[in-house]
Amino acid sequence: MNIDCPLPVDTEETIRLGHGSGGELSQKLFRDYIHPYIKNPWLDRLHDSACLPFAGGRLAFTTDSFVVSPLFFPGGNIGELAVYGTVNDLAMSGARPMYLSCSLVLEEGLPLKTLARVMASMGRAAAQSGVQLVTGDTKVVERGKGDGLYINTAGVGVLEHERAIEPGAICAGDRILLSGDIGRHGMAVMASREGLAFDTPLQSDCAPLHGPVHDLLEAGIRVHCLRDLTRGGLATALVELARARGASFVLQESAVPICASVEGACELLGLDPFYVANEGRFVVFVAPEDEPAALDILHRHTVSAASRTIGQVTAVGRPDVVLTNVLGCERLLDLLPGEQLPRIC
Amino acid sequence: MKFLHEYRQRQDIERAARVIAKITTRPWTIMEVCGGQTHAIVKYGLQQFLPSAITLVHGPGCPVCVTPLEIIDQAIAIASRSDVIFCSFGDMLRVPGSAHDLLTVKARGGDVRMVYSPLHALAIARQNPQRKVVFFAVGFETTGPANAMAAFLAREQGLRNFSLLVSQFLVPPAIAAISGATDSQVDGYLAAGHVCAVTGFESYNVLADNFKVPIVVTGFEPLDILQGILMVVRQLERGEYLVQNQYARAVARTGNQRAQDMLRQVFEVTSQTWRGVGEIPASGLRLRAPFSALDARQLFAGERSSPCDTSGCISGEIMQGRKKPIECPHFGQRCQPQHPLGAPMVSSEGPCAAYYRYRTRVITSDAINNQTNTSANNLANTSAHEY
Repeated sequence: MNIDCPLPVDTEETIRLGHGSGGELSQKLFRDYIHPYIKNPWLDRLHDSACLPFAGGRLAFTTDSFVVSPLFFPGGNIGELAVYGTVNDLAMSGARPMYLSCSLVLEEGLPLKTLARVMASMGRAAAQSGVQLVTGDTKVVERGKGDGLYINTAGVGVLEHERAIEPGAICAGDRILLSGDIGRHGMAVMASREGLAFDTPLQSDCAPLHGPVHDLLEAGIRVHCLRDLTRGGLATALVELARARGASFVLQESAVPICASVEGACELLGLDPFYVANEGRFVVFVAPEDEPAALDILHRHTVSAASRTIGQVTAVGRPDVVLTNVLGCERLLDLLPGEQLPRIC
Repeated sequence: MKFLHEYRQRQDIERAARVIAKITTRPWTIMEVCGGQTHAIVKYGLQQFLPSAITLVHGPGCPVCVTPLEIIDQAIAIASRSDVIFCSFGDMLRVPGSAHDLLTVKARGGDVRMVYSPLHALAIARQNPQRKVVFFAVGFETTGPANAMAAFLAREQGLRNFSLLVSQFLVPPAIAAISGATDSQVDGYLAAGHVCAVTGFESYNVLADNFKVPIVVTGFEPLDILQGILMVVRQLERGEYLVQNQYARAVARTGNQRAQDMLRQVFEVTSQTWRGVGEIPASGLRLRAPFSALDARQLFAGERSSPCDTSGCISGEIMQGRKKPIECPHFGQRCQPQHPLGAPMVSSEGPCAAYYRYRTRVITSDAINNQTNTSANNLANTSAHEY
């Protein structure tokens, strides 16, 4: 064996687009170049928000950046994404979202009308989510050094319960519920960016998720973990949780809803909808006894009206996600090495 | 969804499998020519529905996998030039050349753009008259017509800054080369349905006659593949060697005449090197003389280099059905999607990528059958990724 052979990808010591995909390269970036320098108990929990002790209670704190292109796409825009994304990160820790910051990086040449449209969307999205945008910042970069507009938001929420809703709380036997069909956001943005026309127009699922989460907690449902599905899609979110908990999940492929237009677009381009981005979907890990009641609550909200059980936690100690397909065969889901790339033919 | 779900029903798959088992009296080796079929076979675990007498082997039908290293190196060199916008289908971006890949060129500042169509590359050329726009025209008969259309339009529109780095392959000569090999084990073929949608399948009659092998034009859904196998086995058991069409919902005997006309108008048949396999006469396409001004291979002849394949990738063996991915000593070890040694681990049509992506938690029957093989033993001992 020639062990001196150069390995073409792994030896590169520069940032690549794949480092932002949410897949294996993103994990490696965090594991090797970020986490070692800022380790602490809150970050180590690997959750969407940090849950922090504060004045006898607990706060949830999170941040996210939004770099979508195009800025406006069917079903949403970067402003809505920036609000909903951070609201959802807070909701996924079981917090009630309260306050957001908004930091704008504007590219020279961006039409002010465009900025106004985005900010109007942010205002509406904040009102819909019950949060206030209370602080912010603007920076301008030279033409050619940005995609028109980047937004960073940070958010603070309050935890009104004592429960730990995090990967570490996942138990064997938990049911895994999914709030709706997958892949809409990623395919809508891709179709819009690349000018791909499909018979049935694709709309992003971009939406706030704090409502159904609030009702689940209010009803006393034993929610063990929540995770919104963003870049990397359903598969990436579940693999991350399985690894973080050290647990084995088994999913039924036929139970995962995919709308016909997303399915058709994915078939055409050779993409796996399990890895396509979402912005208004989440998974819930609940105690098995609470599954019917949790579904009943989720069904009352428009954003989670199509919720269903897609699988369960089979064991703790073996970090893998197994997908049982329509023919009864099992396969392992894994993180992708980088971005999903469409096939040639 | 129409034409998908009705071909993925378990009861239909099992019914076809039962018929195959009933009529099979002796071992047969069947090659699925197309990488898309390989992915479907592995993804749906179709081998487990088949009798052990039926062995499926993978063919050379992944265009990314068979593109020679020399062309990939030239693509990387061209893409590295500051005066070039290099356009490619997504699949090609991660394929390792002698030193690195197109994504690395992009990360280092090269203007490498992923496109979904050669006509998109043409539009980029129109929008950037001061830059040289090169499209990586890779593929089989399926991509050829669209690539030909791009060349045709570029010439008609007088675009002087557009060119194509052509790496086009033809499937029938590859089948002839595999069948003609003295050690060929292949008893019958599942021909690639989408290739035949362009070319038709009359040209396959000569192959079936010459090599005494049944060839069944086959689609890509699980039931398509089982039906294709059934049609091949039925012929083998009867001692027949005909060309049949399982994929009649998409493929006509004479194919798509307009696409063929466009291909003939722009391209001519030439000898072609297949990565890992070698040169196969009359198995490729090159631009005809009126289009030679669009030939990036000539325009950037100075960017050619001496390819150096020290990766250890056994793509040639795998693409000719002589070995399965898990028989490669590097599979799942040194060679993974994160650090592929060769194109078959990269491409969404590559057999190694299929085996890796659709691996199961238990050791597959393939691995059990090859337990004397180092790779299989390594795989069985791999805790994080058990097969």
